[in-house]
Amino acid sequence: MSEHMSGVRAPENPQDVIHDIGYRHYEGPRLSTAYATRSLYTSSLRGAFGLGRSGKSKILPMAMVVIMALPALIMVAVSIYIKSGKLPVDYPNYLTDLQFVTAVFTAAQAPVLLSRDLRFMTVPLYFSRPLRSTDYVRAKYAAMVSAVFILTLLPMLIMWIGSMLGSMDFGYNLKHFAFGVVAAVLYALLYAGLGLLIASATPRRGFGVAAIIALFMVSEGVAGALRGVLHVTGHQASAFWISMLNPGFLIDSTVAWMFGLPLRGPAAVPTTVGGIVFLAEMVLLAVGTYALLIRRYRKI
Amino acid sequence: MNVTVARLTARGLLGRRRGLLLLALPVLLLALSALIRGVAGQDEGTASSVLGGLAIGTMVPLVGLVAGTGAIGPEIDDGSIIYLLSKPQPRWKIITSKLVVAIGCSIVFAALPTYFAGLILFGTFENLTLGFTIAALIAGVAYSSLFLLLGVVSRHAVVWGLMYALLWETVVGQYVPGAQTLSVHQWALSIGQKIASPGVISSSVHLPTAVPLLIVATLGGAWLASARLTRLTLAGEE
Repeated sequence: MSEHMSGVRAPENPQDVIHDIGYRHYEGPRLSTAYATRSLYTSSLRGAFGLGRSGKSKILPMAMVVIMALPALIMVAVSIYIKSGKLPVDYPNYLTDLQFVTAVFTAAQAPVLLSRDLRFMTVPLYFSRPLRSTDYVRAKYAAMVSAVFILTLLPMLIMWIGSMLGSMDFGYNLKHFAFGVVAAVLYALLYAGLGLLIASATPRRGFGVAAIIALFMVSEGVAGALRGVLHVTGHQASAFWISMLNPGFLIDSTVAWMFGLPLRGPAAVPTTVGGIVFLAEMVLLAVGTYALLIRRYRKI
Repeated sequence: MNVTVARLTARGLLGRRRGLLLLALPVLLLALSALIRGVAGQDEGTASSVLGGLAIGTMVPLVGLVAGTGAIGPEIDDGSIIYLLSKPQPRWKIITSKLVVAIGCSIVFAALPTYFAGLILFGTFENLTLGFTIAALIAGVAYSSLFLLLGVVSRHAVVWGLMYALLWETVVGQYVPGAQTLSVHQWALSIGQKIASPGVISSSVHLPTAVPLLIVATLGGAWLASARLTRLTLAGEE
């Protein structure tokens, strides 16, 4: 009834006009999809360290960066002070020893990159722009991989620069620094991939954090227990296969196999077949998590 | 204790696919125990390293963490706690209900699986299984209360809880023996030590120290959580 009362659609006033109320068209340059993807990448990478966010959200990622770098600093300082001529821990082994920190950083920050967009339904807003779902995944994946790489590269750099300051053997340190960088790349690819995949499954940040950390810690605990049992029962020859269960152990043994480094503890360097299988597993994990992420965001 | 609050909490913790995360841990522990029993046979050293290291060292804190912080954290995080707080319920009752659910989760998903894993690995000899189960039970209660408090206090409760349970209790504890005096893990083991045959389970804390500390941690955690919940301010997402 109210439609009749209002009477706007009466046929007597046919002069419908569009008033020019001064809105202006955008005539500047239109930037490409690649630009949007790059912007999303930069803001996500900054977000992974809490930059550009509140002070409270900086505490955790920055604490992880400090915990990751501090032992390296202390180590370098002590080696230089006592003039030992070499660093007490090899570059890739340092990352293995601190894989807990990498795991916590990934668990805490991967959901920051993905879960909030899911919870507050901002993902459809991204896709209402020229950005496609593959661009979104590419930007977020690249941002998380870069973040973990920065975290793991930092102590490597500290150790390398420290070795030069302490005038230690340059050739040896350069070579092992390169091994450390390879390990850091592998950590970045595997940890970021697994973390993001789990984070994309839940809009609740807390559960994402718990699930990612559970994956890393439990796989480490299980691999450690199995390794111990095989060690006790004398199945050493095949004990290296256990490393396939945990991403950190996997990287540790593969890097040792690739560059012929000694392994510490009950772990064993894989055989040639084992090394190839390990490499294949890593490629599968990196490519697989990326492909699954793309599939996850195909439909929101 | 309010049944409705408890029911809603349980649904929030276990509903959808979230229960699978909690279920995966005990399933894994039992499968691993069966495998180890098959490979290594019945061996006291192996049994106590699996139960002490994997079950009580990793699984109990993780389940306590997921259950304790998950009982209240997500609700505070997305602001829906306001619907609960606006009901004429005293805050301590809300905390108690949530704590009961969290403790129930740690019993079902951590203590019982520890018992069955112990049976698979070592049977009932020397009260090893019973000792570790009681330790898992007590640690589960204390962890639930402490992590519930963390869930009320911090946005990053899971990570801080983890730093405590894994970094402080294991890594720091290895190098600084004094750190083990403030470790739920060691308190619970000291009770397990009393139950099992002498020399089977070892703890670095004496029973007269452990019991009061456990009670203080559990009750204090719950009390502080309800005190904090009475003055809760809801902030926006960071």
